[in-house]
Amino acid sequence: MNDPRMDVDLAVNLLSLHLKNPVMPASGCFSFGKEIASFYDLGVLGAVVVKATTLDERLGNPTPRVAETAAGMLNSIGLQNPGVKRVMQEELPNLRQYQSLPVIVNVAGTAIDDYVDVTRELSSSPDVSAIELNISCPNVKCGGIQFGSDPQMAASMVRAIKTVATHPVIVKLSPNVTDIVEMAVACEEAGADGLSLINTVIGMAIDLERRRPLLGSGAGGLSGPAIKPIAIRMVYEVFRHVSIPVIGIGGIMTGADVIEFLMAGATAVQVGTANFVDPLACPRIIDETREWCVQHGVRSIREIIGAASRPNER
Amino acid sequence: MAPMPDVEVFAHETLGKDLYALTFASPIDLRAGRYQPGQFLHIRVSQSFDFLLRRPLSLCNADVDHNRLTVVYRAQGAGTRRLTACKPGDWIDVLGPLGQGFPIRAQDHRTLLIGGGVGVPPLLELAKQLRASGKSVQTIVGFQTAGQLMLVEELAMYGEVTVMTDDGSAGTRGLVTTALTAELCSLADRYYACGPSAMLKAVQQTMRVRGVPGYLSLEERMGCGIGICVGCVHAVYRDGQLTNAKTCREGPVFDEQEVVFA
Ligand SMILES: Cc1cc2nc3c(=O)[nH]c(=O)nc-3n(C[C@H](O)[C@H](O)[C@H](O)COP(=O)(O)OP(=O)(O)OC[C@H]3O[C@@H](n4cnc5c(N)ncnc54)[C@H](O)[C@@H]3O)c2cc1C
Ligand code: FES
Repeated sequence: MNDPRMDVDLAVNLLSLHLKNPVMPASGCFSFGKEIASFYDLGVLGAVVVKATTLDERLGNPTPRVAETAAGMLNSIGLQNPGVKRVMQEELPNLRQYQSLPVIVNVAGTAIDDYVDVTRELSSSPDVSAIELNISCPNVKCGGIQFGSDPQMAASMVRAIKTVATHPVIVKLSPNVTDIVEMAVACEEAGADGLSLINTVIGMAIDLERRRPLLGSGAGGLSGPAIKPIAIRMVYEVFRHVSIPVIGIGGIMTGADVIEFLMAGATAVQVGTANFVDPLACPRIIDETREWCVQHGVRSIREIIGAASRPNER
Repeated sequence: MAPMPDVEVFAHETLGKDLYALTFASPIDLRAGRYQPGQFLHIRVSQSFDFLLRRPLSLCNADVDHNRLTVVYRAQGAGTRRLTACKPGDWIDVLGPLGQGFPIRAQDHRTLLIGGGVGVPPLLELAKQLRASGKSVQTIVGFQTAGQLMLVEELAMYGEVTVMTDDGSAGTRGLVTTALTAELCSLADRYYACGPSAMLKAVQQTMRVRGVPGYLSLEERMGCGIGICVGCVHAVYRDGQLTNAKTCREGPVFDEQEVVFA
């Protein structure tokens, strides 16, 4: 008999993109790929999502910008990036060498006009496969967050972006809302092609010695295994209420976590904090996902997408 | 870089109260020479995800013959306390050596090493390498109190060591900068400093007055240690502009000329 491994099909279709497997590094957890490329061939990834890109360069927030918490971490990077022009000139071309590797660019800003301008710039780029609207970064003052928590504002943002975007538009949703389904539906109705969720959960840690918030900017975004159950619940709910594809994000450390997100309804997943802990996290997680399929007689990973919502599933 | 398998622990000694020396197989072949004093090892303190982030600990001694590395650390928070549980024969997940270490400059003859607290360990491998390349080494180390002294005898193998303590319980009472007299500094071609930011800032100011060039090893909280999270930045002045440098990848060692303290 053939090696059963040969028979597992990990490929998924996401928007108009063909992904050889459902695993991609999340924005901000991969930079623009140069550093990780010294650890493994990025060609093994399903896709990549590069760091949040704004119109102009940003230096980000004061340090400390990271803090460890139980099974998680807080960050307040504050969108440090070189600005969209330099990203297009200096960063994205490096990813061309990985043929058939979709590149998703995360777009951030302060006002709708910023997002529109960045999207317009990116629309002319041959190196972009899709854009991910970061309307949910908790780390920028008067930043994307209002768009991330108000369905009407999110919808007007999506409509404005859709008029200039030449690529599929994914909207990255914040968990820091009362009703995630309402946000998801508003974005879908406004024309979003896909949704990714969840961004980080707003949190804080206090430095006992200084009697002050530990992070330089006070609050930050919580990520890591600690938030996975929150993300799974939100993906599960959103999947049942929208018909556009959902990308699951939140504390994925293992192949089993990928399977869990897919069963909850995700078509693909993003791996974030795990890349900080282990630079080889993504290839390991892809191997573990394949291994799980082998062990469970799953020939195509597409079979399990949304399994947790289907009747008569074993 | 090849995949990093876990490495075996060979020794875990107690050097003092809450002070440990951990020796493990080097993740890289040290004979190839691709390591520098001032670089750091990024170590997972347990296999579980409870402690998610690695801890950066400086390369304190490289034993090339046995291909082993030693870090010396103070168990202060929960993660380093957890690390104290590991025993010879255990396997630990170590990434590195990472970052840019202390450059050793051919034209220098006399070097001055300045360390504070847990910034002292990297000075040991540095002193060893400076001596091996024929330079004289003078070291000033500062601690809060006598109970926190570390590596003084080891450093003394490579040159004279001056000990300063905040409370005067060992050596001379005062900060390391108290020891940086005009006379002493006139004998140095270059200095190398590692310690908390407040110390580095004071050292930078004093040594600019004394007219001695040098290197500073900065301490920032790290997310990844490999340049992807942008968590560890420090302000630097470069090409006429104030910008943020990643201390994990562009540092932790920087030319003092470009380092900007708040
Ligand atoms: C480049 C570099 C080299 C270092 N070399 C040494 C060394 O050789 N020996 C030694 O004893 N210490 C060294 N330190 C400091 C050491 O990394 C911290 O003491 C340690 O990470 C604290 O972890 P913890 O589990 O005790 O504390 P926790 O409070 O549990 O740590 C929580 C998080 O904060 C980070 N953190 C806490 N304090 C510091 C700090 N002072 N600096 C950086 N990160 C911190 C931890 O890495 C962890 O991610 C070095 C730091 C840096 C940046
Ligand atoms: S620690 Fe992540 S970029 Fe330096």
